[in-house]
Amino acid sequence: MEMIQIVGLCIVTTILVVLIREDRPEIALQMSIVVGVIIFLRMINQILVVIEYLKNLSLRANINNLYITTVFKIIGIAYIADFGSQVCKDAGSFSIASKIEFSAKIFILVLSFPVLIAVMDLIIKILP
Amino acid sequence: MEVDILFKIAAIGIVISILSKVLDEAGRKEQAQMTTLVGVVIVLMMVIQLVSQLFSSVKSMFQLY
Repeated sequence: MEMIQIVGLCIVTTILVVLIREDRPEIALQMSIVVGVIIFLRMINQILVVIEYLKNLSLRANINNLYITTVFKIIGIAYIADFGSQVCKDAGSFSIASKIEFSAKIFILVLSFPVLIAVMDLIIKILP
Repeated sequence: MEVDILFKIAAIGIVISILSKVLDEAGRKEQAQMTTLVGVVIVLMMVIQLVSQLFSSVKSMFQLY
């Protein structure tokens, strides 16, 4: 079972990180980055299944392709930003982490503006 | 497969810390510093490849171009 593998990997990594952090905090940080990447690469197949289902659902509901693509882009940006900010937080530099989150928020805002404008157009159309 | 890299990094960390301690004891401060630097660079080379793999897979998965 995949879940047990991942939990085992995480526990082993945590023990190694705790062991190494005393002398070499920079290498311990890089180990935590690597374990995050490995877990994501293992989850890719499942995430692809979820994305396929969501696409099918949106196709059935007749939703414009632009909107569902926007949602996926926002999820991707949020994931990358969260990954980076958590690495920074692990290393103790909280200010850099909050800057990453700030830039991710701005990017998401820029991406979501077309949807907002479409909602505004709809409201204006409905109102007399 | 991918899990190997984790243990490789852990081994490099342990070896580097032992080496730098030994060099420190022998009174070679500069070489201990250099060993630390080289270890970080070697590990960074491995980590960067993995992170770029992660970024490219996220990009293709969520259609971020």
